[in-house]
Amino acid sequence: MNLQDFLLMRQELLLTLAAIIVLAAEIFWNPAKKKSVIFFAIIIFSLVTAAGMIPSEDGYLFGGMYISTGLMRLMKNILDIGVLIILVQSYTWLMKPENEERISEYFILIFTTLVGMDFMISSGHFLMFYLGLELATIPVAALAAFERYKNKSAEAGIKLILISSLSSGVLLFGISMIYGTSGLLYFYDLSKVFAGGSLQILGFIFFFAGMAFKISIVPFHLWTADVYEGAPVNITSFLSVISKGAALFIFIIVLYTVFPVIIESWQKTILVTSILTMTIGNLFAIRQQNIKRFLAFSSISQAGYILLGIIGANQAGMTSVVYYMIVYIFSNLGAFGVITAISNATGKENIDDYNGLYQTNPKLSLTMTLALFSLAGIPPVAGFFGKFFLFAAAAEKGFYFLVLIAVLNTIISLYYYLLVVKAMFINKNENPVMKFKSDIPTRFGLMICVLGIFLTGFASIIYEYIKNLSFGI
Amino acid sequence: MINFSYSIWLLLIPLMMFFILGLAGHKLGPRLSGLLGTSGLAIITMLSFIIAYSYFFGTPKNGEGFKAIIAYNITWLQLIDNLHIDIGVLLDPISVMMLIVVSTVSFMVHIYSLGYMKGERGYERFFAFLSLFTFSMLGLVVAPNIFQMYIFWELVGISSYLLIGFYYQKPSAVAASKKAFIVTRFADLGFLIGILILSFYTKTFDFITLTDPSGPAIAKTGGATFMGLSVITWSMIFVYMGGVGKSAMFPFHIWLPDAMEGPTPVSALIHAATMVVAGVYLVARLFPVYVMASPQALHIIAYVGAFSSLFAAVIACTQTDIKRVLAYSTMSQIGYMMLALGVSGYGGHNGLGFMASMFHLFTHAMFKALLFLGAGAIIHAVHSNFMTDMGGLRKYLPITHITFLIACLSIAGVPLFAGFFSKDEILAAAFEHNKFLFAVEYAVAGLTAFYMFRLYFSIFWGKETQYHHTPHEAPLTMTIPLIILALGAALTGFIPFNKLVTSDGLPFESHLDWGVAVPSVIIGLLGITVAWAMYSKSSNLPDRVASAFRLGYKWAYNKFYMDELYLFITKKIIFRYISEPVAWFDRHIVDGTMNAIATVTQVTSFRIRKFQSGQIQQYAFVYISGVIFLVILLVYIWR
Repeated sequence: MNLQDFLLMRQELLLTLAAIIVLAAEIFWNPAKKKSVIFFAIIIFSLVTAAGMIPSEDGYLFGGMYISTGLMRLMKNILDIGVLIILVQSYTWLMKPENEERISEYFILIFTTLVGMDFMISSGHFLMFYLGLELATIPVAALAAFERYKNKSAEAGIKLILISSLSSGVLLFGISMIYGTSGLLYFYDLSKVFAGGSLQILGFIFFFAGMAFKISIVPFHLWTADVYEGAPVNITSFLSVISKGAALFIFIIVLYTVFPVIIESWQKTILVTSILTMTIGNLFAIRQQNIKRFLAFSSISQAGYILLGIIGANQAGMTSVVYYMIVYIFSNLGAFGVITAISNATGKENIDDYNGLYQTNPKLSLTMTLALFSLAGIPPVAGFFGKFFLFAAAAEKGFYFLVLIAVLNTIISLYYYLLVVKAMFINKNENPVMKFKSDIPTRFGLMICVLGIFLTGFASIIYEYIKNLSFGI
Repeated sequence: MINFSYSIWLLLIPLMMFFILGLAGHKLGPRLSGLLGTSGLAIITMLSFIIAYSYFFGTPKNGEGFKAIIAYNITWLQLIDNLHIDIGVLLDPISVMMLIVVSTVSFMVHIYSLGYMKGERGYERFFAFLSLFTFSMLGLVVAPNIFQMYIFWELVGISSYLLIGFYYQKPSAVAASKKAFIVTRFADLGFLIGILILSFYTKTFDFITLTDPSGPAIAKTGGATFMGLSVITWSMIFVYMGGVGKSAMFPFHIWLPDAMEGPTPVSALIHAATMVVAGVYLVARLFPVYVMASPQALHIIAYVGAFSSLFAAVIACTQTDIKRVLAYSTMSQIGYMMLALGVSGYGGHNGLGFMASMFHLFTHAMFKALLFLGAGAIIHAVHSNFMTDMGGLRKYLPITHITFLIACLSIAGVPLFAGFFSKDEILAAAFEHNKFLFAVEYAVAGLTAFYMFRLYFSIFWGKETQYHHTPHEAPLTMTIPLIILALGAALTGFIPFNKLVTSDGLPFESHLDWGVAVPSVIIGLLGITVAWAMYSKSSNLPDRVASAFRLGYKWAYNKFYMDELYLFITKKIIFRYISEPVAWFDRHIVDGTMNAIATVTQVTSFRIRKFQSGQIQQYAFVYISGVIFLVILLVYIWR
């Protein structure tokens, strides 16, 4: 490998290096000053993020197993930015005495899973893809069980690892069928020979089920709520935004490059599952009391909306999916940021605890409102434009019925998002969350989200940029 | 070619001021906020004058006249490939002229407000709103496409709403602000429809393409017609409806007198000099389209303008609230401008009406802003809006008195004052085009002179009123703007508009038409004399005249019962026969359906909660079932 090749996979290499550096720091750092590792790791990670932004050439490595295109680099950058926000938001939680011992562990796990995601996105071969997927999943299970002294956290970890091994099995089964019928595993070669026989469709369905587990599409979603509720808030936000985003990104690429021949089959699959996902996600979200569980179901229905962008198989669709992920990262992390802040300060995680929050913590309430408005898709915040583009992409290809269902579901979702807003602004509370002042990293993280929510919506340049990189079938 | 791209700062500075004053105003404190807002405006005024100078005198003309320049343009929303909405700055003679008007008057009003609003609650808020207004108005003026104009048009409406309702503890102010907003918003509905029709047929929002005299945009409509009129004419009539609302032409004028509930500087800025002439500006902006494609719409404009000016002038003769007199006078003068546009042709001397309208817009902005600011100074001194509470004020308020007199002379059309020149051009244009309209405007000229001097004599002369405490002259911050505007009201008539602001950008020769000027001066002087006879001394003459024409006086005093008519139509007819059935439908059918959906949703969501049991075996079971379900669906059913 020469230097040029290093540059191609610089995001993965730098991340691995970062993980090793933090590991070394864990060993050699003065134990009395463990806490400063947080800043150290965040700074290293911001450098990695910045390095990822440097423009570079497209190319491939290892005979096409690893591919790097502008779109893939953009996807990785989006994930990096999301992770950076999460790391900043984790600051207060990591500073707690019970987590102090394992600060570097947290960073190493996050970096490792991110390496997995990057490899997964850049893969040009099913084996590479599978390796990336596993590398991206297993550390997350460890992260979900991070607060192992809590039963719920341990439960979340074990549930995640069990279901993910099931889904990995199914996924591998699917890949083996595809291999069995074609003798190939390279995406590019497969797209040439794929004929669409029954066994291949079966292979596709198993592959789809494996991905659907990661994206938490109904009916492969049942783990989501339990894991989201049990895991620490920051891990929940990581799961709901970063894991889901990475899986969506590679899912759309594989769909468009490997499976264009059986487009009708997968369009039907997506049609059915997206209707199920939006509707079931919404119906469950209405009943939730725990705010993390609530956001878990809301994020399930959000995944259903995102499927609308995929189904059209057009350039506008891919653009809208990537665009929506940016919007979604800012909006969801904004909401999770507020939850983290309140959970850290008071330990309260129920929607009822948010009653009267505006009286004591107006800024947090406003941020939360903004984030929820964006998730619900109320103009002029970014979420509106994101949803608009998703729906427009599906409508362009004639999926009017699906768009109608999606619009109805947005109305239902508006109801429960507004319930939270109502709780914060209107409901009375004898014993509201006390007034507290968040520390600077938390506020900084929230500020980025608020800015993102506004700017992503107004800056058409972002959409144009993604559009130039996207492709359809 | 001069680079004008810096002109975008005209929009950015007031926008920044609005955010700074709006978000941090209470931390800065009143003094600093006022100074900050005013200095922002000073920069904008300076920029406007620089732009005007380099546009009119710095660009080489080569005998082609003034061209429209896109000084700045970015694509804001690229909806589809050939539909995009831009934000930018367009400079051409009328927009540059408006820049001068808006920035100068706004600057004067800012300075004036420093003194006038002193000690008011919400001082910072006031300046923040003024900045918002300036931003919106400048954005409207420099809009290079009709969509941007519409956006800023609405923003102007909102700032007007906020400023009229500035004293939000006062119920009358709240009612007035709502009335202004609703009436103009209703009219803007027409504007929007007009934009939609126009852009649908011409495939463009761009003013430059739309108003190209060779007519490529209009050719695209392929001569489509609807009910005997071309689609362009329809769209232009609808667009004009927006102008009728904003410019308070009959029958959408009812909001303007009530808008006087706002602070007086606001009336001077928004409801005299700038926002209310937006309708005139809109017509002028699309003038080539009107002339080339829809002469019928121009006829409507001319007659509505003439009627409004007469109607308002008659009402103005009977009102006693000095701000309302000025409000009706504004309406009347805008009627003049509309009429002038309506009787104008395109190019050369044919475009006399266009030039006259813009000329009058300019001079009117000066003297009417001056009148309002003077009225503010008077109200400040006397603490009353009614001329019956005033009299003999010339001794107490010398500067206000002189400047007010200059403004009155100017509006009455006394020779050598600014209003004389512009009004003369309008009358000349009307005379050449339509003798009947000329006769109407001629009568209005007399009425104008009469009611303005009625106002002047009863405030500054007339009976010696006993005041609770001696009225005193306003502070320097208020008198300096008066003096500057008085210079404008006296001298701007000498600006050669026929060389600068013309319908096709080319200069043309125009001279004072003595055949029109002499009679109009005579009727103006006549009006002044009558006013002098009736109001310069305390007498019962006015009452005798009023009782002689009792019925007419009563009708005019009650503004011809227009407000009552509107209330009758809305409350008795629309509310009862349209709104109530609609409300019933909404409550029972629409809400009923929604409630049913909500109930179904709730019940279903309750029923299916068992799926989420928390047991991992069940999760795995559902997972595998899902896979099998998809297999059956894809491999067996939909194959």
